[in-house]
Amino acid sequence: MKTIKNIFLLTAVAGLILSCGNNNGGKSGAMASSNAEKVYVAPGEHDEYYAFMSGGYSGNVTVYGLPSGRMFKEIPVFSQFPTSGYGYSEETKPMFNTSFGFVPWGDAHHPDISQTNGELDGRWLFINENNTPRIARISLATFETEEIIEIPHSAGNHASSFVTENTEYIVAGTRFAVPNPQRDMPISEMKGEFKGPLTFIAIDDSGHMKIDFQLNMPGFNYDLAHPGRNKSHGWFFFTSYNTEEANTLLEVNASQNDKDYIVAVNWQKLAEFVANGGGKKVPATYAHNVYDEKTHTATSTMMEGVTSIDPREVEGAVYYIPIPKSPHGCDVDPSGEYIIGSGKLSTDLSIYSFTKIQEAIANKDYEGDAYGIPVLNYENTLAGVVTQAGLGPLHTEFDGRGNAYTTFFISSEVVKWKLETWEVVDRQPTYYSVGHLMIPGGNSRTPDAKYLVAMNKITKDRYLPTGPELEHSAQLYDITGDKMELLYDFPTHGEPHYAAGIAASKIKDNVKKYYDLEENNHPYVAKSESETKVVRNGNEVHVYMTMIRSHFSPDNIEGIKVGDKVYFHITNLEQDFDVPHGFSMIGANTSELLIMPGQTKTSIWEPKREGVWPFYCTDFCSALHQEMQGYVRVSAKNSDTELKWSLDDE
Amino acid sequence: MRTLTILITFLVVTLVGCSEKEDKTRSRTAYAKKTTEAPAKKAEPASKRIDLTNKGIGPITDITLEDAINQDLAAHGADVYQKMCTACHKVEKKHIGPSPKGILERRTPEWVMNMILNPEQMVKEDQLAKDLLIEFNGSPMANQNLTEEDARAVLEYFRTL
Repeated sequence: MKTIKNIFLLTAVAGLILSCGNNNGGKSGAMASSNAEKVYVAPGEHDEYYAFMSGGYSGNVTVYGLPSGRMFKEIPVFSQFPTSGYGYSEETKPMFNTSFGFVPWGDAHHPDISQTNGELDGRWLFINENNTPRIARISLATFETEEIIEIPHSAGNHASSFVTENTEYIVAGTRFAVPNPQRDMPISEMKGEFKGPLTFIAIDDSGHMKIDFQLNMPGFNYDLAHPGRNKSHGWFFFTSYNTEEANTLLEVNASQNDKDYIVAVNWQKLAEFVANGGGKKVPATYAHNVYDEKTHTATSTMMEGVTSIDPREVEGAVYYIPIPKSPHGCDVDPSGEYIIGSGKLSTDLSIYSFTKIQEAIANKDYEGDAYGIPVLNYENTLAGVVTQAGLGPLHTEFDGRGNAYTTFFISSEVVKWKLETWEVVDRQPTYYSVGHLMIPGGNSRTPDAKYLVAMNKITKDRYLPTGPELEHSAQLYDITGDKMELLYDFPTHGEPHYAAGIAASKIKDNVKKYYDLEENNHPYVAKSESETKVVRNGNEVHVYMTMIRSHFSPDNIEGIKVGDKVYFHITNLEQDFDVPHGFSMIGANTSELLIMPGQTKTSIWEPKREGVWPFYCTDFCSALHQEMQGYVRVSAKNSDTELKWSLDDE
Repeated sequence: MRTLTILITFLVVTLVGCSEKEDKTRSRTAYAKKTTEAPAKKAEPASKRIDLTNKGIGPITDITLEDAINQDLAAHGADVYQKMCTACHKVEKKHIGPSPKGILERRTPEWVMNMILNPEQMVKEDQLAKDLLIEFNGSPMANQNLTEEDARAVLEYFRTL
């Protein structure tokens, strides 16, 4: 009996093992499990790469880890962010100042990481704003926006904010040609009258931006750009569309010419020209907003005037090169020899040779001119064509192993092809309608090409439905093998137009953990509870307040009156990693403040009714977080309630 | 029969042992400690307890105090204390945490410095620090990231109180 039972048991076990084997034997099963392992970052472990994605119409930047696709942070840049009080606090409101006044929203497009010798150096992230032309610089030590500069005379700042290989310059193109200077004139008289200035912004050693010069180009639509690198360092390449200069129904009227142009700009020559006093100082008014990490405060300065260069006045600096119609992406390979132009209505990619461009320039091999700017011969500058690669090519990145990867919007795929032989070697579908793609370092001399991220425009059925509005999808591919392999699919935030990826090791050890209280130079800081006070100046009341786990000091304030303007200047006294405190006041017509250790932020409250009104900490900070609260007594406008403040009756 | 009994006993012991090892290591040590310390604890709160042998857990293992107080060092310590500690510790009264007055009559200098420099681990692993956390409403001792030199100066200042 016993033996029979055992045999039965054995058979059952064997059956189980066999059936397991069968389940795993299928190709999809085995692939799926290994793909899961490739993107799995165990609890407590860190990702290998940071990915900084533009938020598009969110105006901000999101920070992801790769390969996990986990989102770590949203960095507020061009849009107010109630989560932290960015753009609401008195210290950060100046970041939104422009020549148009306070602009609380922006359309963030192309993030780019600073470079040294053509390699990503992890110091700063730059990103452009398309709508009200601006460029922001984000510190990759604090992950905070430190500077925003407005670009005058531009409209639709799309060909931006790409960085040269030693972070000498970033550029800002003009996508919507406009009168320069702006003036009241009939729209239909655009042709020949509008301009498309290309702005070159110099970056100094501390990252600060300064408009060096504007190249006042003919009024075509300058769409995308990339700097030359390696052998083509010193040049910048831009795509332009609407060389027809149509002012209405552009989807038809700007698609008439068979060819539009790539612009090749020798920026080193222009920089030299300006350094020697060249160019013309023209009127311009633009805001330059700088956030100081020591005062925790931004200041906005209205700048006047820029140096404008007529592209025809500097010999050998500016050329047009024909490109199949309505181009979009303009990308340069790691060697700097190849410039890839994507005609978005084409099935082909045109690849130009930097060497041939130089030869054509030397030989004055022109096929004509556009507004006096020489047009180089298309065939004679071409290195090759990737033919019939797909429909609607947009953007290309590189792996440093001789391969290029191009997105195709219409046919919804990423296509891998070989530089120099121009042959297509692989294609993988995207879900759906891919725009940009990103390989960490994929637009530098040294790509770190393990993964490729495709950023899609259409999500449809990829995730559980969330009503008509969906976040955009992204796909992660392993590109270490001959064939690309789709590993993972994750939602993003806003509309990532582009992303910049970098090895985590280049950033994570330099990341700031808290602000040193000793170095806090905020004019209203209270560095200890003994420095807290309440000061009345007419109907303005300044509260110098501190916070620590888990109390405010003072937490009882009396003598505030209806009609007062109360400034809460609050300093977080903590000096440890990840101990923020929040502040919110009942009925305040603004957002909360989220204050990092060692930081001071200010919120304005204008009490409207008599009473006793509470405030509290919004960030769960300790076991006694719920107790972190206080009261403000508000008396009638003409009352004589004495101004006093206390903590624990002291 | 006898073999069977032994076997069963062995099995039971092993099983119980296993489950305790899995789940109760922490509470068991805590429980064991509690029984030995219970009488003392009942008599007085952790803040009044005198323990001049426990050096705590952290970077400070051995401190020698000179007989004479180093006044310069103490003055620097007073400055650091004023800036970094007074939000929670007042000299003349219990505030969020205890007053530092007379602390060296109850604690070793090493324990004091480790509490300043390594509070997260102290309140998790040092029984006295754990008891203090409970006594003071679960308010955590904040790590203000003082340097060892500054913490040493604060200690010198405490000697003057």
